[in-house]
Amino acid sequence: MALLEIENLTVSFKTSSGPFKAVDGVSLTCDRGEILSIVGESGSGKSVAMLALMGLLPWTATVTADAMRFDGRDMLQLGAKDRRKIIGKDIAMIFQEPMSSLNPCFTVGFQIGESLRIHLGMGRAERRERAIELLNLVGIPAPEKRLNQFPHQLSGGMSQRVMIAMALACDPKLLIADEPTTALDVTIQAQILDLLVGLQESHGMGLILITHDMGVVAETAERVQVQYAGQKVEQQNVRALFSDPHHPYTQALLSALPERATRHGRLPSIPGVVPGQGDRPAGCLFSPRCQYATERCTREAVRQDEEFGFALCNYPLKDGQPTGYPETAEAAP
Amino acid sequence: MNAPATANKRRPRTGEIVVEAQDLKRHYDVGGGFFGEKGLVKALDGVSFSLEAGRTLAVVGESGCGKSTLARLVTMIEEPTDGLLKIDGQPVTQSTAELRRKMQIVFQNPYGSLNPRQKIGAILEEPLVINTSDNAATRRAKAINMMERVGLRAEHYERYPHMFSGGQRQRIAIARALMLNPKILVLDEPVSALDVSIQAQVLNILMDLQAELGLAYLFISHDLSVVRHLADEIMVMYLGKPVETGPSEEVFNHPRHPYTAALLSATPVADPFHEKNRIRLEGELPSPLDPPKGCAFNPRCWRADATCRDRQPALIDEGLQSHACFHPLPVEGGATE
Repeated sequence: MALLEIENLTVSFKTSSGPFKAVDGVSLTCDRGEILSIVGESGSGKSVAMLALMGLLPWTATVTADAMRFDGRDMLQLGAKDRRKIIGKDIAMIFQEPMSSLNPCFTVGFQIGESLRIHLGMGRAERRERAIELLNLVGIPAPEKRLNQFPHQLSGGMSQRVMIAMALACDPKLLIADEPTTALDVTIQAQILDLLVGLQESHGMGLILITHDMGVVAETAERVQVQYAGQKVEQQNVRALFSDPHHPYTQALLSALPERATRHGRLPSIPGVVPGQGDRPAGCLFSPRCQYATERCTREAVRQDEEFGFALCNYPLKDGQPTGYPETAEAAP
Repeated sequence: MNAPATANKRRPRTGEIVVEAQDLKRHYDVGGGFFGEKGLVKALDGVSFSLEAGRTLAVVGESGCGKSTLARLVTMIEEPTDGLLKIDGQPVTQSTAELRRKMQIVFQNPYGSLNPRQKIGAILEEPLVINTSDNAATRRAKAINMMERVGLRAEHYERYPHMFSGGQRQRIAIARALMLNPKILVLDEPVSALDVSIQAQVLNILMDLQAELGLAYLFISHDLSVVRHLADEIMVMYLGKPVETGPSEEVFNHPRHPYTAALLSATPVADPFHEKNRIRLEGELPSPLDPPKGCAFNPRCWRADATCRDRQPALIDEGLQSHACFHPLPVEGGATE
């Protein structure tokens, strides 16, 4: 059984102009020792799905799911108190902005010690020892000195290392990293990604890496889930995804990368924008921007099986060409 | 794209140098308060370059390397502490109306750079109101024409910025910058706040406009894949100084400075079959308040020796490429050291 299993998760927010589905029927699994990457543009619901698992959404959000199991326990049935025993201990999360994720009023040592005290009931001396061990683990030089420093005395890369140390404090089984390197420079990004992958291997954790950067996905992930406008549109192994994307959105996203285009040439861009609350089309959500869309796509979108990477598409791509494409529509591009 | 009523007569010309900077410096005094000791931050410390019409010079580097300070100096948002800046052959020392007609800037965050209380039409016409004597009808025609050029529709004229997505706002910012038919556009991370699919749209527009109007771009970015796609020339900066300059292809294929090589190898490649051959850089950018003695890169450099810790390397001209390093990488296959 997988470590984390989520089936048909839907998150909708109450807004003044009616409910807005930020996550729409997303299923995912993550195993021990696996790196799953969730990739998508802003508004694809990749963070919200994970925040729903963590129970960190505001009261305006309604979370429904057919199943949400972590390590054999049903997260939907758990009360807030029992959930808090898991969150921060067995499931830990790192956020995008390390600078604003740390509390500016407390020292680094205090903030790392907090989860050790609450979840593991460690004493003061024990906490200090463990905090130094953790800071060593994440590659912070002179940890004894750093323990007494405040977040404003740390650089972005250092803050993110502290966040990782905090997340690892209780040896979690699953680590969720939400755009952990987006706010950092590339040389620091490389350091942090190496650190995360190394720790994931040595601790045998499951790692869910949320990102929008295809380069980061290609270099770190094993399995990739592509999301668009709150829906999962495709799921494949990383190599297969890059060499043979099955959903037109994935294909378009990959070809829009400057490094995959001819230099100084025009980039194949995707026309239009991600649909928002007011303009969600019927049928396939990608159909208004899709070059292969037909009349059928405005009515429905079919979930394919594993052969086509579970693509949510009526005409999934195979070697760049849509399959099952109607003859008549082909004549009129 | 119809020709505007007041046709733009400029044609792309190469060889015409529109921006020339010699040893630009910008130092800031910091501290010196009740408790603090006085310090001097050399945000920009001796940058020289020249930019031709119709060409793109990309400035790359990590945060704190002075690339945005350079953008502010070139547009005279701030005046340089030292050095000479020539725009279109004329030395400039302060922001004048004439300079602003020739040089415009597009900022990184399109959510912060447009006035939320102005309609798009008013945003686009403001440069004309201030700098020209056009009447309302001409201004409106010019604004609508420019909106079409950047891929916005005429009905957007009456809308407010909040009604647009990030990509559309960045197009508005680009349109505003082009209202006065400038020769030079400074682009300070114009696409880093945008998603990949939208980024491609905006980059296409920028390339089209450059080809059409012969604009010179000073393109500031930390995203090397974008830079590689757009740039003709490239300048890599580290702690306020250029460490390597040269034609984009040369620098990307044969980096000479260790920092350039490390930066290139740290950039994730969107290809899972790509063999990772990463130069691991230890540590972080040193504090500009207390830069290391000698070469600024020496604490993180794997080729550094006693000379590097003692003396600052000057920018050495070697044909097309120049680099500031005592121990540059060999010309062939430098990236896999």
